[in-house]
Formats: sequence, structure tokens, C-alpha cells
Amino acid sequence: MSRDVLTTILGLTAVGAPAMLLAIVGLTALLGRPLSERLTARLTQVAVSIGLAASIGVLAVMLTTGSRNVVIDLGNWVALDQQHFHLHVKFIFDRLSVPFAILSFVLIGTIGAFAKNYLHREAGFQRFFLLYGVFLFGMIVASVAGTIETLFFGWELVGLSSALLVAYFHERTGPVVNGQRVWSIYRIADAAFLIAAVTLHHNTGEGDFGVLMGSGPWPEGLAALSSDQALIIGLLLLAAAAGKSALIPFSGWLPRAMEGPTPSSAVFYGALSVHLGAFLLLRVSPILDLSIALSGCVVALGLATAVFAVIAARVQTDVKSSLAFASLTQVGIITAEIGLGFRYIALVHIIGHACLRTLQLVRSPTLLQDYRALENAIGGHLSLEADPLLRGLPDTWRERLYRFGLERGYFDALIDNVIVAPFVGFFQWCNRQELRWAEILSGVKPEVPTKTPQTAPPPDPALVAEEHR
Amino acid sequence: MIEFAFPWLSLAVVAPLVAAALLLRRPLPERVRQISLIASTVSFLAASAAWIEMLARAATSAADRWDIGSLLGGTPLLSIDALSAPLLPLVALLFVLTVLATLRRKLQNFASAGLLISEGILLATFACREPWLIIALLAAGTIPPWIELRLNQKPLRIFTLHMGVFVALLVAGQGMLSWDSHSVLAVGLLMAAVLVRSGIAPVHAWLPDLFHNASFGTALLFVTPMVGAYATMRLVLPIAPEWVLRGITLLSVLTAIYAAGMALVQIKARRMFSYLFLSHASLVFVGLETATTIGLTGALCAWVAIALSMTGFGITLRSIEARMGRIRLDAFLGLYEHIPRLAVLFLITGLAAIGFPGTAGFVGGELLVEGAVQIYPLMGVAVVVVAALNGIAVLRAYFRIFTGARRPVTVDLRLRPPERVAVLALIFLMIGGGLYPQPAVMQLYNAASNLVNQRAAYFGVPVPAPTLDPHHHGAITPPANPAPFSPEASPPARTQQTLARS
Repeated sequence: MSRDVLTTILGLTAVGAPAMLLAIVGLTALLGRPLSERLTARLTQVAVSIGLAASIGVLAVMLTTGSRNVVIDLGNWVALDQQHFHLHVKFIFDRLSVPFAILSFVLIGTIGAFAKNYLHREAGFQRFFLLYGVFLFGMIVASVAGTIETLFFGWELVGLSSALLVAYFHERTGPVVNGQRVWSIYRIADAAFLIAAVTLHHNTGEGDFGVLMGSGPWPEGLAALSSDQALIIGLLLLAAAAGKSALIPFSGWLPRAMEGPTPSSAVFYGALSVHLGAFLLLRVSPILDLSIALSGCVVALGLATAVFAVIAARVQTDVKSSLAFASLTQVGIITAEIGLGFRYIALVHIIGHACLRTLQLVRSPTLLQDYRALENAIGGHLSLEADPLLRGLPDTWRERLYRFGLERGYFDALIDNVIVAPFVGFFQWCNRQELRWAEILSGVKPEVPTKTPQTAPPPDPALVAEEHR
Repeated sequence: MIEFAFPWLSLAVVAPLVAAALLLRRPLPERVRQISLIASTVSFLAASAAWIEMLARAATSAADRWDIGSLLGGTPLLSIDALSAPLLPLVALLFVLTVLATLRRKLQNFASAGLLISEGILLATFACREPWLIIALLAAGTIPPWIELRLNQKPLRIFTLHMGVFVALLVAGQGMLSWDSHSVLAVGLLMAAVLVRSGIAPVHAWLPDLFHNASFGTALLFVTPMVGAYATMRLVLPIAPEWVLRGITLLSVLTAIYAAGMALVQIKARRMFSYLFLSHASLVFVGLETATTIGLTGALCAWVAIALSMTGFGITLRSIEARMGRIRLDAFLGLYEHIPRLAVLFLITGLAAIGFPGTAGFVGGELLVEGAVQIYPLMGVAVVVVAALNGIAVLRAYFRIFTGARRPVTVDLRLRPPERVAVLALIFLMIGGGLYPQPAVMQLYNAASNLVNQRAAYFGVPVPAPTLDPHHHGAITPPANPAPFSPEASPPARTQQTLARS
């Protein structure tokens, strides 16, 4: 078997295993024949193990042959040859995608094993593993994507599954509202991502994402853009990354995402999902070299996020929120590293941080026990004194910082007041005018939309019974 | 033009009309559903057979062997080409699935007869190429919903006013065109007519009104086939000058954004649906008015995907309404545990409508953005923003309907087997069309090319060859010999743009 055939088989297996898992879990659920807990967990184990082994296999082949850029081209998914319009399906295994894919398999596999017990006999067990399958597939596709559409496909799957997992405990309103907020931020990030692609096309006359990637293997590529073009497209991609990685001013969704079950919080928002924005910046990092202003923006946004998250993390009153902001601190630093050109350091930082944070988050339900063990070990109480850095500050400033952290930087309020409220207010006004217009045209007074209590009307049992007779 | 071995088109049109006649003779209530389902299925099979035979014989257009028009020595009354061939089975399928998912008590004699008459008229419209006949059928198509509103004693004025204006503008426009074949005013009148029928702002008031007052099925099947878009392609696009198209593009984009915003603030599910649909339908118009091959292909792909997905979305809403009464979106209904499959369908159809990757709407969206960018880069941005807003509206509706505290109910709310079949068929089409879109895209590309050629023939402009500078859309890997960037280098010639600006 030739090397190319072997890498193709291994690469496709790495992507195919999560796809098969999703297909099986999804189809059985759709056909009303959900799998048992045991079978679901076993299938998950098998799929993750196969995918992980295949990814390691690709890495082994790359190391033995010295290849740094293995491309698996599946050809055109859609092709209009006369118009030169092609949607390619292509996977790339390089120094960025392979570590990220392996990291994803390891962490998601670990969390799968953890969730099997953690969610045992939960009503939403199947739903969790279905969304888990969507997330796994999305992460792997995004990691090894070789085209903008493939990357966007994975990116969207991750976003959808994340939002639905935040709303996992959907009997309560809080998680659902938070899930909606996460989705809304993700949609803004998606729009920025696509507008970047549109701008790229307009500026260069090409829809080729390779323009952003550069001409060499990652990270040494040289992007074919001017400095100004790189700045505009780069800023849009930075906005996309900021939405996905919860950088300011979009940081509000990360602690909200902790409303989901602990396993999903751990692996998705603490470890993988939150790094996807940083991954995007790493993937298109050759364009950062073209514009100092763009690199400066990346560094500034990363550092500002890190400083904000440090402050916010110190005043959180629950462990998962505290860990969320601790994650954000590291993500901010990683972003700054990318802006400064330390690509390998950023990659290693992502891997290390993701592993540590996963461990911390899955241990979070036993925090009190861990504290007790720690205090028993040191023979005393843990220090509750303020940080040395804060001790020197005047009380007024300390109070301001405390308030700033407690209100999570006022970023949610800022978005709500500056963007959401005027937007909703305008369209509500339009709606009222439309109802008036309809009244004038029809001569019939419309029902005035009023706020109803958050309750649902009961179904009419007589009608329903009739239908099901 | 070839002749079919069997009169498929006539069968597709006549079957629902015959069934409607049977229903008007008041058969037993349990036979109503059976007759409706058989007739719409026969119609769908006949329309599909016509498409398949045309493809098998590699024909560009086809008509029935014993078409009345041909027998009288003129052009056939019913015929299909690359544009209408896939649209005919699509429209028939929408009716089959809607009938399948309709509860027995909703399928009363007259309502079902109205539905089938609408189907017959609509299929005849899509299989017709003669302008005056199209106009007559378009006018006839507005009558069944009007009768339903009247019989149910619902407010009629808004619908009557808009549809009256629509028909009057059509007749006036086509009349003037018969007088002067290059009359710009006539084109303007025709364009105004299709804008009214399509609900483009500011003449969209009838759309939420219809959804509020008519039965959901009637309203759904009156709008989702997007007959206004078909009228545009047959009556206006081949002869409209560029400035008319540009104006319409702008209006369509503004409507898409406006309707997306309106969908987000609605607290009644039907109104939300009507604005969501309007937003999507306006995007189809954006693609149509680019008048480029790629933009038109995108519009056609989006048309098919949106018709399917929004019908599916509507069917799910309707199924929920049948169980819970009219839905308000300011309450969390908590229905997931009762009808999880319906929840999945709701999500998949909603996501397909916004062009979520992996669903049937994705490729259409991509082509549409590509086409829009070629003409106005900002249009591409607007399309993306609209998709983002609509995505938020879809998930908001999903959360409001399916999440929340589980309601104790004393009856079984699960889907009935026919509803389940409709649900699975739609999911299969949504996902299948998303995973393997090439055949459908190629078919619609041929239709788009024909339209561009028609425009070229009308304006006497040669169809420009596509640029020779290929862009491998989406490829991340660097080209083998990457060209260095040159700010002076002009972007590659925009495909068909010369024609669009003719």
C-alpha cells in the first residue's frame, strides 16, 4: 500500500468515524428507536477510539516521511465548470490540524466516558449524546478543513450543538435564554466570517481561501493580499474569532454557557469551543504578517480580554463561572501570542490549557471535597486575603474593580443597550405601524399584542383525542 | 420540443381538478382525505414522470402528445422546459406533504376541494409559457383563498385589494406590451404586479393578514411555491432593462432585512412565519434580479430549498397548532418531550431555510451570495446579515415552542403515522439535497443559462464567455503557482456582468 493511499484511508477514517457515530445516533433517534445508554456509550467509545487512532496514524506517517502538509482532496462537491464555480471538499493534515484533531478526540473521548456515568438515567441522555456527536463531527471537520466551506460547515455544527447544549436543561428558562444568547453571538460571528469571505472575493476577485492561507505549509505561508486588504479581511475574521472565543465585547456568553451540564461545559466551552476562534486566527495567521495594524489589534484585543477576565474571575461566586473567566484569561493570552507571531507557542498553549481546564471543570462538582482535602493536607485554611497587587489600590478603585468584575465588564449591558434595545425597539415600532396600517386597510381592529405569562395554553383534549382515535 | 409518450402534464393538472369535483359532491367524510391524497400523489407522480422523461430523452423542452394547443395548430398550452421541469414535481410534492400532514377534521369537503383546485391551477401555471394564459392562471390562483376567507367570514379587504391590484397591473402591463413590445412602462407595471404578489415591501400587508385569517394550509400553499418568482422569470426577466432590475434588487434586499427584523419581534407564530418566509423569498428575488447565470442559479436553488424547507417549517407549526391551538412565542410551551421528532423537523427545516451547511439551502445561499457580490458587493453582505438574523429567529421560535417546563397532558400528542411519513420525507429531502446537491444544481443551472440567453436575444447582446481566470472557490490549499498580488491587477471579468448591465 502506497503512502498516499495509507494517509488517505487514515485521514478519511478520522473524519468518517465521527460522521458514522452521528449518523447512527441521529437516525435511530429520528426513527423513534433510540439506542440504549450502554450501546450509545459503547458506540461513542468505538468512534472516538477509531478516529483518534486514525489521527495518530496520520501523524505517524507524516513524521516518518517528513511530510508537513498532507492533502486529501475529495473533489468537487458542487461544480459549475463554465462559471468556474467549484465547492471543493478537501481535508488538510498539517502541523496545526493534526494536533488539534488529536486534542479534540482525546478530550471529547474523555468527556464521553465521564458523561456516561454523570448523565446516567437522565431524561436527556440520548439528546446529549446526539449533540455530542454533532459537536465531535463539527470539531474534527473544522480542524482538518481544507476549504472555506468545509471549515464553515464544521464551525456551524460546533455553534449549533454548543447553543443547544447550553439549553440542555430546557425545562428551566435560564439555560434556554442563555442558549439563545450564545446562538445569537455565534450568528454574529458567522456573519463576520462570511462577510470576510465576501470581502476577500470582492478585493481579490477570487473566492479562494488559499489567499488567506499563504503559499507555504503552515505557519510559514505568505498570503497573497495587500496590507490594506489584509487589515479589512483580518478585522472581520478577528470579529468572527472574538464571537467564537468569547473575546470582549462578546465575553458574556461564556459564563452563561456554564448553565449546560458539567461535561459539556468542560469540554466544549472550557476546552475546545472557546479555542475555535484562536484556531481560526492560527489557520489564517499568514495574513497577520502582512499588517502591523492588524497584528496590533489582535494583540490588543487578546490582552484586553485577558485583563478583563482576570478581574472578572476573581469576583465570581460559583466555580464554573470562575473557571470560565479563568479560561478566558488564557484564551486572551493565546490570542495575544498569535498576534505577536508566536504560532507554535499559541498552539502548545491551547493544548495544555484545554487539558488542564477539562480536568478542572470535571472536578468542579467535587470542589468542596477537594478544598477540604487540600486544607487537611496543609493543616490550615486557605488564604482569603486580597491579591498583593490589589492591596496597594485605594478602596474606591478596589470597589470599582469589584463592581466591574461583578457586572462582567458591563459588556452584556453594552450590547443590550446599544445594539439589541434600539434594534428591537425599532422593529416593534414598525410592527405597531403595520398593525395600524392593516387596521386602516381592513377596517377591522387587530388584536393588540400583549405580553402573556410564561405559560402555555393546554391542548384541547377532546380534539386531540378525536384525532388519535 | 419533444412530445411525451404519455400526457403527463395534463394528468398532473387534471387529477387534482377531477378530485376537487368529486369532493364537491360531498362524499363521506372519511373518503375526503383518501381522495385528496390519491389525487395529489397522482399529480406528483405524473409531474415527476414528465421531468424524468425529459431528462431521459435529453430534451430542452417537452409537451404532451395530445395537447389542445398543438391539436389546434398552435403552440402547446402545457409544456415544460429546464426551468419548470423540476418546479412542477416540487409544487406537487408540497401539496402531497401538506395533505399528508393534515388532520382528518381539517380536511373538510370544501377546504380540500379548494386545496386541490389551487394545486391544479398552480401546476398549470408552472407548465404554461404563454403570457396571457399565465396571467389568467395567476389571477385564477387568487380565487380559492379568497373564497375560503369569504366562507369563513374573515376580513377580506386587504387580500382583495392587493390581489386586485396585482391582477390589474398584470393585465395593464401585458396589454401595453402587446401594443409596444419595448415599452418600459409595461415592464414596470408587470414588475410592480409580481412585487405585489410576492409581498415585497411596502406592498406586503396581505401576507401576514392572509396567515392570520386563512387556514394555515391554504396560506402556506398560496405563498411557498413562490409563483411571483415564476411570473418574474417568465414575464419580466427576459425583457426588463437593467435599471429596473437594480431597483428591484435594492427593494428586495431591504425587504429581506426588514422582514428578518420583523420576524424577530413577533409574538404570534403565524406572523413570525409570514415575515420569515418573506425575508427568504426576498432573497430569491435578489438572485433573480442579478440576471447573471450564477445569480440566477443561486436564486433557483434557493427557491427550491426555501419552498421545501419553509413548507416543512409551516407543516410543523401547523401540526403543533392542531394540538395546542394558535401559538404565541412569548411563552415557553415545553413540547419537546411530547413531540421530539417534530422538534427535530422544526429545527432541520428552519436551519435548511437559512442555508445551514449540510442542508439543501446551503448551496443556494452560496451561489446567491456569489451572484450578488458580482453585481453589488454590499448585496452579498446584506444576504449574509439576513441569514444571520433569520437564524436567530428560527432558534428563538424553536426554544419558545419546544423548551420550557414539561406540560402534563392527558392525551397522546405524538405524531400520527402519516405525519411521521411527511416529516421523514422532508428530512430526507433536506439532508439528502444538502449532501448531494450537484444534479439539482446542474438542472437549475441549465434553466438559468436559458434565461440569460433569452435576455441576450431580446436585447441583442451576445452572451459573454465566462472569465478564463478560474477561482477554485473555497480551496484553502495554495495554488500550485500562486500569483503575486498586484494592486493594479483588475479583478477577473465578472461573469455575465456585461449582459446584466446591457
